[in-house]
Amino acid sequence: MSEGILLFIEQRDGVLNRTSLEAMVAAQRMAAETGDKVSAVVLGRDVSAVATEVAGKKLEAVYTVTDDKLASYTPDGYVAALKQAIEQLSPRYVILSHTYRVRDFAPILASTMGKTFVTDCLCFRVEGGETVFTRQIFQGKINTDVRVQAEAPVFASFQAGSYRADLAEAGEQPAPIKPLEVEMEGVRLRTEPEAAFQETKQAVDLTQAPLIVAVGRGIKSQENLSIVQELAEAMGAEIAASRPICDNEWLPMDRQIGSSGQTVAPKLYLAVGISGAIQHVVGMKNSQTIVAINKDPEAPIFDLADYGIVGDLFEIVPALTAEVRKAKGE
Amino acid sequence: MNIVVCLKQVPKKDSILRIAADGKWIDDRDLSYEMSEADAYALEEALRQKEKHGGEVIVICMGPERVRQSIKEALAKGADRAIHLYDEAFDHASDAAGIGRALAAALKDEKFDLVFTGLQSDDYGFAQVGLVIAERLGLSSATIAMEVQPEEGGVRVKRELESGWFQWVKIPLPALLTIQSGINQLRYATLKGIMAAKKKELREVKAADLGLTADDLKPAQVIERAYLPLKSKQTEMIEGKPAEAAAKLVEKLRFDARVL
Repeated sequence: MSEGILLFIEQRDGVLNRTSLEAMVAAQRMAAETGDKVSAVVLGRDVSAVATEVAGKKLEAVYTVTDDKLASYTPDGYVAALKQAIEQLSPRYVILSHTYRVRDFAPILASTMGKTFVTDCLCFRVEGGETVFTRQIFQGKINTDVRVQAEAPVFASFQAGSYRADLAEAGEQPAPIKPLEVEMEGVRLRTEPEAAFQETKQAVDLTQAPLIVAVGRGIKSQENLSIVQELAEAMGAEIAASRPICDNEWLPMDRQIGSSGQTVAPKLYLAVGISGAIQHVVGMKNSQTIVAINKDPEAPIFDLADYGIVGDLFEIVPALTAEVRKAKGE
Repeated sequence: MNIVVCLKQVPKKDSILRIAADGKWIDDRDLSYEMSEADAYALEEALRQKEKHGGEVIVICMGPERVRQSIKEALAKGADRAIHLYDEAFDHASDAAGIGRALAAALKDEKFDLVFTGLQSDDYGFAQVGLVIAERLGLSSATIAMEVQPEEGGVRVKRELESGWFQWVKIPLPALLTIQSGINQLRYATLKGIMAAKKKELREVKAADLGLTADDLKPAQVIERAYLPLKSKQTEMIEGKPAEAAAKLVEKLRFDARVL
């Protein structure tokens, strides 16, 4: 009989991935509605520090799976270890954060176990014993409620930022830390990982900028960037960009905002010609004031904007620059 | 180096999407379609690898008749042949497990070294189908690839991690890679390519050819409602001619939001 919710805790070099705590909030809320208990599982060579940190939260238990073959992340190692952990614990749900690492192994894990995996969820609701997950399609333009008809365990990953990590409930007493025995002897790790690295030393720290003007695909060409640069200059703002701009090398990569770039929360975030694909939104949605300028009135960026202007950025941006200069008495 | 590229056709990026009358999907009348963006980069990467190392590029695509347009585009850009999973039974495959199962079945007897997919599609965005194929066919895998270097006995892949971090990994062949958008510069099909594409093999595959029934492809995940996202904020839309709107916005930012 399957019961309980198993939460995957991600760590790298003994450092807890904060988004695991966001997923923990999802798991704890799910438990509150279904009456299940949440346990966590953490993998690695030595995970005692992370396990102890997580054990302070409201959890039934923190299971640890340790082996030399789990020292560096590989999909084969993680799939083999987690499969055995899940088989031993037989939870109803396996909850994960939708990180790049989870994306790299969890679909293999679910497939090899013949289970369904609902990815990149925003939230859920429980209805007559069944869980309905909300996930976005068409890059955030449309939400869907997804009903799962499958045998336990159901795998579900939650998008970064879908729950607030600081809302993870603390336990009254530390949860017991229980090592799980798994057989890793015969597991072949096909992946040979090298050390992780950063491409360039980040020259610009956008996280400290109070004002950011960000530019996206709508700018169309590199030559057109100057109008946005002029606006940023007039405002005294840093310039930033969505991914396609940096992929085209129109701006250096250290200007990129989003899941693969920097995460910022300035006083003002002015998004020019950015549609608001979710990969971008996760990097800026906590900005204090968001302004969006876009020709498409249906662009998802308007859903999080405080102020919006629908129109041609090539007319609006220069007009805005002129107004900012006027306001500053230049 | 033989490379399979899995392509998906999706509504064009700038499409205005509306909810269908049954409230379960988008209204797909009057939509134009294109290759899903990351898949276009996957195709481009395969063509570049072929140009460097020789071999064959095979594209595989599932969907109704309209997807032929994307298949032909791939052939015109330089793919050597194509497999089209074309059958009403495939309409039932609407979750990652079903789609992955069908594609894996169709690739089972192909001779390839690498399979490329985009890292996720622009419509469902499951980010799973590639790895389901890898799991079912026993391929090694690496996701979110930013650079691909074939080496003796394997392939070295630069993976993107989060927040500006990267990592090289080496995996043995045959392998599946999911390709990140922006890994290369996309080419256009040439007139010569378009003409040449007409003579290239385009094989149609039915579910029965793969020993699959509609029941085998039945999804475990069903969309019961599709809807426009609720606004998380009250957005004040500023109207007027550009100069007027700009003046109003600056005033709001100075005196209401007090951020300028």
